[in-house]
Amino acid sequence: MSSQDKEYYDSVITNRDKFFDLRLRDIWQFRDLLMLFVHRDFVAYYKQTILGPLWFFIQPLLTTLVFTVIFGRIAKIPTDGLPPVLFYLAGVTSWNYFADCFKKTSNSFTQNAHIFGKVYFPRVIVPLSIVITNLISFGIQLLLFLAFVFYFIYSGANVHPNLFILLFPVIVIMMGIMGLGLGMLVSALTTKYRDLQFLIVFGIQLLMYATPVIYPVSSIPEKYQLFVLLNPMSSIIETFRYSFLGVGSFSYSGLLYSLIFTIVIFVFGLLVFNKTEKNFMDVV
Amino acid sequence: MKAIVKIENLSKMYRLGSIGTGTLTHDLKRWYYRVRKREDPYLKIGENSDGSTKSKSNYIWALKDINLEVMPGEVLGIIGKNGAGKSTLLKILSRVTGPTTGAIHYNGRIGSLLEVGTGFHPELTGRENIFLNGAILGMTKAEIRSRFDEIVDFSGVERYIDTPVKRYSSGMMVRLGFAVAAHLEPEILIVDEVLAVGDAEFQKKAIGKMQDVSQNSGRTVLFVSHNMGAVKNLCSKAVLLENGRISYNGATKEAISFYLNRKMEILNFFSKEETVDKLRLSGYTLDVYFSTIEIENDKVDYYTNDKIVILCSIKCIRKTDNIRINGTIFNNEEQSIGGWFGRDFFDMKPEEERRIKIELKGHNLVVGNYVISLSIGKGDFTDGMIDFDVIQHVIKFNIVGFDSKKIIGYSVWNSKWGNVLFNVKTTVI
Repeated sequence: MSSQDKEYYDSVITNRDKFFDLRLRDIWQFRDLLMLFVHRDFVAYYKQTILGPLWFFIQPLLTTLVFTVIFGRIAKIPTDGLPPVLFYLAGVTSWNYFADCFKKTSNSFTQNAHIFGKVYFPRVIVPLSIVITNLISFGIQLLLFLAFVFYFIYSGANVHPNLFILLFPVIVIMMGIMGLGLGMLVSALTTKYRDLQFLIVFGIQLLMYATPVIYPVSSIPEKYQLFVLLNPMSSIIETFRYSFLGVGSFSYSGLLYSLIFTIVIFVFGLLVFNKTEKNFMDVV
Repeated sequence: MKAIVKIENLSKMYRLGSIGTGTLTHDLKRWYYRVRKREDPYLKIGENSDGSTKSKSNYIWALKDINLEVMPGEVLGIIGKNGAGKSTLLKILSRVTGPTTGAIHYNGRIGSLLEVGTGFHPELTGRENIFLNGAILGMTKAEIRSRFDEIVDFSGVERYIDTPVKRYSSGMMVRLGFAVAAHLEPEILIVDEVLAVGDAEFQKKAIGKMQDVSQNSGRTVLFVSHNMGAVKNLCSKAVLLENGRISYNGATKEAISFYLNRKMEILNFFSKEETVDKLRLSGYTLDVYFSTIEIENDKVDYYTNDKIVILCSIKCIRKTDNIRINGTIFNNEEQSIGGWFGRDFFDMKPEEERRIKIELKGHNLVVGNYVISLSIGKGDFTDGMIDFDVIQHVIKFNIVGFDSKKIIGYSVWNSKWGNVLFNVKTTVI
């Protein structure tokens, strides 16, 4: 045995780490745990409810109803000539997916301290499993949305799905990853500064109003449109609506901006998250 | 042979006091120092975690410069009093928290049994929880599936395996959790006090499993416990941690006696009243309580047939009748080897103080180190009892020989024969 073999070890625990290390290999090793967490969240969510999985449909439907009454009927905000129900349902379905990814991952550390304090596994498994769970419930809610789309096409409304639907997988992944990136960033900071926890609920709500969920971009005065489009979620929601309903604005540059933002925030979030996981048990 | 775990200059610092006040400024200052490649301004070198001496710094070293090598197949005991850094060391090993400086190098997987049933979800069935818990502990689905029957069998909850665990009794939950953890097969296993769970029968099963793991499968085990008997049975080597440093590293038996002797030495620093206070078990009413306890003339060395005399002062807060004093004797492995129930009852009124003399005669203890715990209470083992005050391990004494007149003493006494020499008469008839 050479002296090099003698000093060689598989693994090392120190407080130093490579600055740029996403540790994707660790995640792959724990893929079974990832799927078991998804399974757990699904099974546990609707246990002991009478309506069970129906809640997947009730939540977006109720929100849409409220928006239709308040913003459509009372405030009379234009909907680009679309049936208001369809307009709001499109916004609510896609926005909720992003907001849930963001909100539920943003307390990954504090919510799971009891498990994290006992055993090690790559902590990022937890927010990842949340995003996958949300992706599945988004898939279910999408069925409801499609049912409405078909109904309105059948009844002759001004609804024109088009080829941009091919971009759909891309924007779904972008929403999930952006929510995950932001959530990981916030969860890393909440371990020390709990103030953020309160701020985040409020913040996400505000962000919704800064995103064209309840109004189309076209209804905003030209000089303010830039501000709305600075919000990386704006182009995504607009693209979603444009591809399925054929109304609204779509621009490649806007989508590209969102894509770059998503990648940057995800990589940054993951780095900060991985850095935090090492010592967060001492401060949580 | 090459060590499987190699710990080099490992240190861990904790911040005392409430977190959240001033952390932002400290964080910024620390960051600023790091940018300029200076040392962390809040790390004070040379201070350790001895909690009894107040230091000015708000930061303490829970572990300081730990160097340790563990060989493959070794079962290493880690002992020390509360706050010595045992759990911190295990937490760093199991990657729950990170070290401040230093490194641990290891080969293979590290699995930890810090607490059983981690991540059990009440709504999921026993079956689902076995998979979930197993995966949390680092097993793949395929590994769990291949050991599933064994796990269920070991836990003894077959009948309820498809019932949500929220319907389980706490004992069943613990057994299921232990069963999963016990079937983990990492190269390095970390165990912390889990043997204290479950009923007596299950504990026996658990200890058996531990022994099996360490002796038959050649796995490396790091075992932390306050139960010196268990450490002695399971471990081939032991390290003693004191104030975050290793103060002894060697054979288990020596480490344990070194530890127990150190524990007694600490007592000599304090006055009689302080000693009693420090050793008092919490949770008793103290209607009647010990104010001092001492051994007559501070004599610690005795022979087997010597009378041992303990003197104590007792004070009273609430009027109590039929008071008696009980005692339990422990050997140097902290196993109780016997005790007595006081039969001379007495009454006390508030504000009253009494001196009590306890004479321990004909104890027939063989050579060794012993400690005595005392309690004040009412009643005895025949009709139930209440204790008012319990002082643990307050008297320390040694039996140094059989008889002051016989020089040879116990040169052939084997510790396997126990601690008591019975007075037996054998007659040829």
